[in-house]
Amino acid sequence: MSSITQYLNLYRDNRADVHSHSVELLNESRDDAYAFLQDKSLPDKGEEGFEKTSIEDMFSPDFGVNICRLNIPVDVAASFKCDVPNISTLLGVVVNDMFVPTATLLKNCPEGVTMMSLSRAAKEQPEFVGRYLGKISPKDNVNVALNTLLLQDGVFIHIGRGVKLEKPLQIVNIFNSPAPMMSVRRVVIVAEEGSSANILFCDHTQTRDIDYLSSEVFEVSLAENSHISICGIEESSNHTRRYQQVFVRQESGSNLYINSSSLQNGTTRNDFTIDIVGEHCETYLTGIAIADGEGTVDNNSNVNHLAPHSHSNQLFKYLVDGKAQGAFEGGIYVAQTAPFTEGYQSNSNLLASTTARMHTKPQLLIYNDEVKCSHGASTGQLDENALFYMQQRGIPKDVARTLLMQAFMSEVIDTIPVEGVKDRMRHLVEKRLSGDFMLCGECGSCK
Amino acid sequence: MDNILLNVNNLHASINGKEILKGINLTIRQGEVHAIMGPNGSGKSTLSAVLTGNPSFTVTEGSVDFHGKDLLSLSPEDRSHEGLFLSFQYPVEIPGVSMVNFMRAAINAKRKYLNEEPLSASDFLKLMRQKRAIVELDNKLASRSVNEGFSGGEKKRNEIFQMAMLEPLLSILDETDSGLDIDALRIVAEGVNKLKSQENATIVITHYQRLLDYIKPDFVHILYKGRIVMTGGPELALELEKTGYDWIKQKYND
Repeated sequence: MSSITQYLNLYRDNRADVHSHSVELLNESRDDAYAFLQDKSLPDKGEEGFEKTSIEDMFSPDFGVNICRLNIPVDVAASFKCDVPNISTLLGVVVNDMFVPTATLLKNCPEGVTMMSLSRAAKEQPEFVGRYLGKISPKDNVNVALNTLLLQDGVFIHIGRGVKLEKPLQIVNIFNSPAPMMSVRRVVIVAEEGSSANILFCDHTQTRDIDYLSSEVFEVSLAENSHISICGIEESSNHTRRYQQVFVRQESGSNLYINSSSLQNGTTRNDFTIDIVGEHCETYLTGIAIADGEGTVDNNSNVNHLAPHSHSNQLFKYLVDGKAQGAFEGGIYVAQTAPFTEGYQSNSNLLASTTARMHTKPQLLIYNDEVKCSHGASTGQLDENALFYMQQRGIPKDVARTLLMQAFMSEVIDTIPVEGVKDRMRHLVEKRLSGDFMLCGECGSCK
Repeated sequence: MDNILLNVNNLHASINGKEILKGINLTIRQGEVHAIMGPNGSGKSTLSAVLTGNPSFTVTEGSVDFHGKDLLSLSPEDRSHEGLFLSFQYPVEIPGVSMVNFMRAAINAKRKYLNEEPLSASDFLKLMRQKRAIVELDNKLASRSVNEGFSGGEKKRNEIFQMAMLEPLLSILDETDSGLDIDALRIVAEGVNKLKSQENATIVITHYQRLLDYIKPDFVHILYKGRIVMTGGPELALELEKTGYDWIKQKYND
């Protein structure tokens, strides 16, 4: 029996409750998703694109789904402080499966910018949200359909035409629940023509010994000449599983930067599908993974060049320790309709223990002669010569190791376009790497 | 004499089971400059690697006393803290680690070892400025990643700059002259001479007499096949310059 069956049964048995606690726009796709999923199963380990991570296994435990939308009281301000030094942000918080606006957000959201609960937006402006919801993610994707079937809430971000948002938007995702839980979130980001915004997502788990599963689908559309940066920093727990699928559509002249960094986690799988449908687009997709214990970080990218004269760059770096496992499958696809494409990809990895594992699979599919494309992947250990050089100067070996690991990650950190976020990432990576790598002491999740 | 800084006694070392050093004996006193010369593959660089604790080499026999400490029992970093410095033949590039952070980590680790407070940021930068002047090292290099993109000459000057920062008791200059043009050689040698005092000592490892025109040795040792086969004064280096190593090879090759 595929683990999908339990979710189908859950929906079948509780359809009325699911619908009555949600809104029309979200409900109207559920039955189609239900029908589509009947004879389907989730991808299992070894299937094409899922060599190292089984979504089937990830979803197989019986996590609770908060169908009746009970409000689990969490005093966000008291228990959690996500400080971004040197910048102030417009902050929204998603607790488990519910968007909680902060007072400052409601007060300070400038003209032309919407950042709010997806389900509330769907209720209040169904026609407006309906223009974007479900339009970019493919309906025939099993994981997307499952997300559609049980979708609870998430974030709706709309940047109006020509609006240049100075302040970064920040979404903090928090898991906090006394019992195991699955949350089904969707994030819809719309950048209208000529707009620009920087968006930061921070994932945290507060109750660290509870099992969580997060199903997230991002739908991001960049209209002509828009600029969007999205940075995601995951610092959850080793009991947290996350399957995040990011779908992007880029129109002509748009500029996208994505950084996805897993600094602490249990099992994480991220899919990035970026369709470049317009000319002269810029796409930067980057990521950091620091995995230890029995953790897994698996990134899968498909950057699809469908129109001429666009430029994409992918850079992912992993540091894998303990018995952890890293995986990267990166794809660049250049269609026949996309001459003069430049597409680059690089993945380098450090293995810090003999039991750590890394799987990397760069792929180029090019159907056109007028392109510049490259890919490179390397996996190795810390440079022994550099370590000895530093020790000779009196730097203790563990400090030298930390400095080298930080230096390894700095190539990725340096690409982050928002100074405050860059500083924060550098600080978090430093904090993560200093001290005992296996026992960070910060969270207690490894105890 | 109580001013013996380093005493190497019957030192044997090997790499991957192959013996490279076959019984080195060497005594160095404060204020002295020793040159170690010898043909390629005689073990000169191995000697500097073993003294500084490079984990690639295994000491199989012998002992090394460094001002009263059993040098071989110390970690590489503690050897550094005790005052041993190696100017590398091939300084390592460390992308992503700035010279400033690298040097601060080194200085403060040493101060911690000596139970001293870490240097304040302003005192540290002042020290950097002072020491940079000794080898005319550009300020821009100090803000870059360690050795990354430095020219050959800049790398060697950077080594002497680090030596000035750490104020070692015993400095080993491993082929510091290789890859240097005559101006860079002069700057590096002058830097080394400025750092010379009655308390410290220097080992200069070189192929050529050239460097010894600038850094005057008190003793010249010839290392061949893992042993010091001959010791003399500065005139020995001049003789080698004229005659080459062939006669050494003939005399000791069996």
